[in-house]
Amino acid sequence: MSQPIIELRHVTQRYGDHTILKNINLTLESGKFYTLLGPSGCGKTTILRTISGFNQVTAGDVLFDGQRINDVPANHRNVNTVFQDYALFPHLTVAENVAFGLTLKKLPKADIATKVAEALKLVQLADFGNRAISALSGGQQQRVAIARAIVMQPQVLLLDEPLSALDAKLRRAMQSELRDLQQRLGITFLFVTHDQEEALAMSDEIFVMNNGEILQSGSPVDIYDEPINHFVADFIGESNILPGKMVADYQVAFNGQQFECSDAGIPANEPVEVVMRPEDLTLTTPAHAKLTVTIDTQLFRGDYYEISATDDRGHDWMIHSVNPAEDGATLGVNFRPQDLHVMRLHEKEAEFDARLETYEGTEESSRDQT
Amino acid sequence: MTKRKTWLYFLPYGLWLALFVIAPVALIVYQSFFNLDHQVTLDNYANYFRSGVYLKMTLNSVWYAFLITLFTGLISYPTAYVLHQLKHRQFWLLLVILPTWINILLKAYAFIGIFSQAGVANDFLRFIGVGPQQLLFTNASFIFVATYIQIPFMILPIYNALDDLNPAYVNASLDLGANRWQTFRRVIFPLTLPGVKAGVQAVFIPSLSLFMLTRLIGGNKVITLGTAIEEHFLTTMNWGMGSTIGVVLIVAMIIVMQLTNDHEPRGGAPR
Repeated sequence: MSQPIIELRHVTQRYGDHTILKNINLTLESGKFYTLLGPSGCGKTTILRTISGFNQVTAGDVLFDGQRINDVPANHRNVNTVFQDYALFPHLTVAENVAFGLTLKKLPKADIATKVAEALKLVQLADFGNRAISALSGGQQQRVAIARAIVMQPQVLLLDEPLSALDAKLRRAMQSELRDLQQRLGITFLFVTHDQEEALAMSDEIFVMNNGEILQSGSPVDIYDEPINHFVADFIGESNILPGKMVADYQVAFNGQQFECSDAGIPANEPVEVVMRPEDLTLTTPAHAKLTVTIDTQLFRGDYYEISATDDRGHDWMIHSVNPAEDGATLGVNFRPQDLHVMRLHEKEAEFDARLETYEGTEESSRDQT
Repeated sequence: MTKRKTWLYFLPYGLWLALFVIAPVALIVYQSFFNLDHQVTLDNYANYFRSGVYLKMTLNSVWYAFLITLFTGLISYPTAYVLHQLKHRQFWLLLVILPTWINILLKAYAFIGIFSQAGVANDFLRFIGVGPQQLLFTNASFIFVATYIQIPFMILPIYNALDDLNPAYVNASLDLGANRWQTFRRVIFPLTLPGVKAGVQAVFIPSLSLFMLTRLIGGNKVITLGTAIEEHFLTTMNWGMGSTIGVVLIVAMIIVMQLTNDHEPRGGAPR
């Protein structure tokens, strides 16, 4: 593994009696797209401000390229930020905004002009240099803010919910643009958002946070398929979460029945939670099914139907189906062993990873059989 | 129906405007075309521009108003800046505003006491061994007291401008590598300039026509346009000439307003 570009070690942040960050450990490698994901107030912006230099942590070390930078002021750090409300200087033109940081470095005027033109071209605003900030749309301001930051050639670019002010369509377009930009520039992006869809779409690695703690980190697919606990499963995507009990390795019981699953390493009879994603469930006739449910309502979402149903024990189910169902109908629900994910109730990330290590290989082979 | 109602709402202000703004200005302009014998004439204006006395007086007024505004600004901006960062800023701001509730004449008399031969200021000078000095009736004391009186009117608009400044701009500037001073010079000051301009308007124009202070503190050594107007109306009874100077002052005000208003197209011309 190469030298991490940013490292937080045992970082804690307190304001009076409030603990905003609890013993945060985080490592960012160079050239990757990272996302801090969590509900508002979970401390993700505080982490960003810690790295940019606007926040002094109560305890712990902040390392940049192996050097401790706790006491380095913001203007001496080789990181730049795209602020949530962009914070473009209203008294300067687009080009002057982008040139702001470069003029401070006392670069020759011609160099500045070239770099500004390049940066504006990169964000597809080549002809906008002389415009006033107030004459730009939200999406254009967003791009100027990005250009102003990347023209400084930072090693790490911090983005503080930069897409939250844009409408849904533009937000989607900007997601792929940002991802594309990050891959072309090859610099580390640390993106902060409360939008799980954004996080899943863009990131190499996601840190899911809640209440000042990092609950789980991993690739979008890992986090989606194998959430560590109830909070993560619920926060990322839609899920059906049911209380259950581990019977043996690869056997879990819930709803009074025993099912084959793909999880192991949990002591028998331990109470657990079982997660099933709505899109992994299929509706069939009750005779061929593992469970029987009664359809309550359904919502048409464009590319699928979101069906709400209740099983005979009173649990609510959410099922995504390409085909509509009939309200009030009694139907069967089917799923495969690998569609079940078993979560232990108070498992930490390290324990979770270690447990996964012990049976990952066998799990892969069992998946291949089905 | 609604149109008539709007008109009714405007009535009190319209009356006020007509009686106390438009009518007096019209009267001043009207009076300025009459000489001492109530004959219509342009002599007053000819006099104003021909005799060096009035032009010198005008220059004098502008110069002192400029100095007062300059010193007020130099003191007020840092004060407003520090004030804005204090914890109990509303309280400190109140202390700044407090002196404006006291009548200007009372303040002038207070300064006569402070600056007189037996006053506190000279006590202090004696104490540090400089010995008593003539403080009262000097140009310096006039500027000092005028500045003291104008400071709150400059601090308030600057303070408000600082209050309106989004702190994200400051963070963005620091983030892009600017130090505190560069951030101030390139971001904070330009963005609070409207407050400074409002302060200049509030200080410069009244300073052009100060006459009580010129007499009580300046000992009539500084003759400003304000003094001249007072003399013409109350002493020489030459209302025509007094009105002419009044018109000149009004024109000067319009010029200052034009200079300090924002005429730049939004976005600003590249430097």
